[in-house]
Amino acid sequence: MSDMPFTATSFDKLCGEKKLMATRCKDCGKVELPPRPICTGCNSQNIEWTELNGKGKIVSFTVIGVGPWTMISEGYDRNNPYCSGIVEVEEGPRISTQIMGVDVANPENIKVGTPVTADFVERGSFSLVPEVANVRKTYLVFKAS
Amino acid sequence: MSKRKLGRGVAVAGYGMSKFGVLPGLDCRDMFVDAFKDLVNSVDKGLDPKDVEANYVGCCGAWNWEAQAGIAKWCTDWANLVPIPSTTIDNACASASVAIRNGIIGIASGLYDVVLAGGVEKMTTLPTEGTTLVLATGADKTWECYAGYTFPGLYATMATAHMNEYGTTPEDLMAVAIKNHNNGAINPVAQMPNTITQIMEQRQARAREKGKPVPGWVTEMDFLHDDQYNPMVAWPLRLFDCCPITDGAACVLLVAEDIAKNFTDTPIYVTGTGQASGRALHSRDTLTSIPASQIAAKQAYEMAGVGPADIKIAEVHDCFTIAEVMAISDLGFFKPGKDAATAAAEGKTARDGIKPINTSGGLKCKGHPVGASGAGMIGEVFHQMRGEAGARQVPNMDVNLAMTHNVGAHGTTVVVQIYERR
Ligand SMILES: [Zn+2]
Repeated sequence: MSDMPFTATSFDKLCGEKKLMATRCKDCGKVELPPRPICTGCNSQNIEWTELNGKGKIVSFTVIGVGPWTMISEGYDRNNPYCSGIVEVEEGPRISTQIMGVDVANPENIKVGTPVTADFVERGSFSLVPEVANVRKTYLVFKAS
Repeated sequence: MSKRKLGRGVAVAGYGMSKFGVLPGLDCRDMFVDAFKDLVNSVDKGLDPKDVEANYVGCCGAWNWEAQAGIAKWCTDWANLVPIPSTTIDNACASASVAIRNGIIGIASGLYDVVLAGGVEKMTTLPTEGTTLVLATGADKTWECYAGYTFPGLYATMATAHMNEYGTTPEDLMAVAIKNHNNGAINPVAQMPNTITQIMEQRQARAREKGKPVPGWVTEMDFLHDDQYNPMVAWPLRLFDCCPITDGAACVLLVAEDIAKNFTDTPIYVTGTGQASGRALHSRDTLTSIPASQIAAKQAYEMAGVGPADIKIAEVHDCFTIAEVMAISDLGFFKPGKDAATAAAEGKTARDGIKPINTSGGLKCKGHPVGASGAGMIGEVFHQMRGEAGARQVPNMDVNLAMTHNVGAHGTTVVVQIYERR
């Protein structure tokens, strides 16, 4: 793992192994999710992978009825909406994610601050080209715990 | 950082636009030519097209909506301006403002005296799902679209945060839509030239004609709370919190200050320009303001040597109602939170309010052809500053200082510009 480049492709591959990995700056210690090749804290290029404990909380969210094809192809629509939001993980950084296990029929009942845990799902890819969109990969999601 | 100034002054001497709306049969180049012809006719003392030295065209998605890359070249060609340099600029919904800013920089550098700059977008060629996908690509495809985010979804997430942090209500946001419809209703070039009341009456009349139950709305708020007629798009944002999907083009004529009077006796001068970039939503410290707006505004204010209180009117980026609420606090007109959220409901941002915002009807009613919208904003301030805004002309105010604020995507690009009429 130490030689994997700090890219989305590496992150996806690690998700496929059910590992939630972030990057960490070896100089100032800043943890970044999504992973980054250059530290946003001190500009260091001295970066390593680090595994997160998968726990976090909801910072903000929405409930979407008309999503991108990646979500439509999973059966989500106006009658079966889904929650996307921003989760802050215990180690500090925030990431955009689908949030499962919340009351999407009554979004006013979904509370900022709700604890969530990481999980992984498989679905198609975000692309305008059907052949690429049909390639399935593992996605990080969070579930209300 | 030292306070930067333009190397030499730049003025707007003309403005033109195509129709904004659903325009079947018109490609980007056709709409751009309509805007260019309108611009040529707008120049008081005339424009010889041979004097135009460069063309900057903002366009966000012609490569997809129309399967055409490098659209500026074809706009230049069809406007019969070949061989002047053509530059296509994609900064999502801020594309036209970035194009115009680059035109300004081109003149300020001394390289050009006369520049055409604006934008074009053709958005109605795909089904809703396709347009949703193309618009979402304005966000971070790798880390936001990945999470199922759509464009309305990102602004909805900011609205949720605003409500959670400040107690902002859906009704506060609805008041922004009502105000912008009141302005759009008297804008002859608006895509949606109706008040909410007029839209209600149309829907009731249609139900009556068809022998269907007639909705019993009494107030505009009744209509806006109707789940059937104003459905949720991305909770807590409903359909009337969102701007429409629009085809259209718009452009401005930029000229060096020292020759501006050759084109018109009433040019408007660009006295401040700022541009900043922002990260994905999850990588920002705040979800209730747009940091790049604040930075771009600071640059523009410092360059112009004025402050928020000096600005008479502003066209701000209201792709969603919550965007206008954040804009008017990010630009310093109102305090963040309740003050900004209730400004529309309290009439402060109406045409006769203390700070008229989006007198054109905003993107909400004028329409939002994403790559062209920044040019459309300048059109409104150009007309207001020259006293040419007709029924929309703000009362009891000499509009000698105005601002445009154009956001790309959900705040990943922001351009703020200040204009002065001397
Ligand atoms: Zn660091």
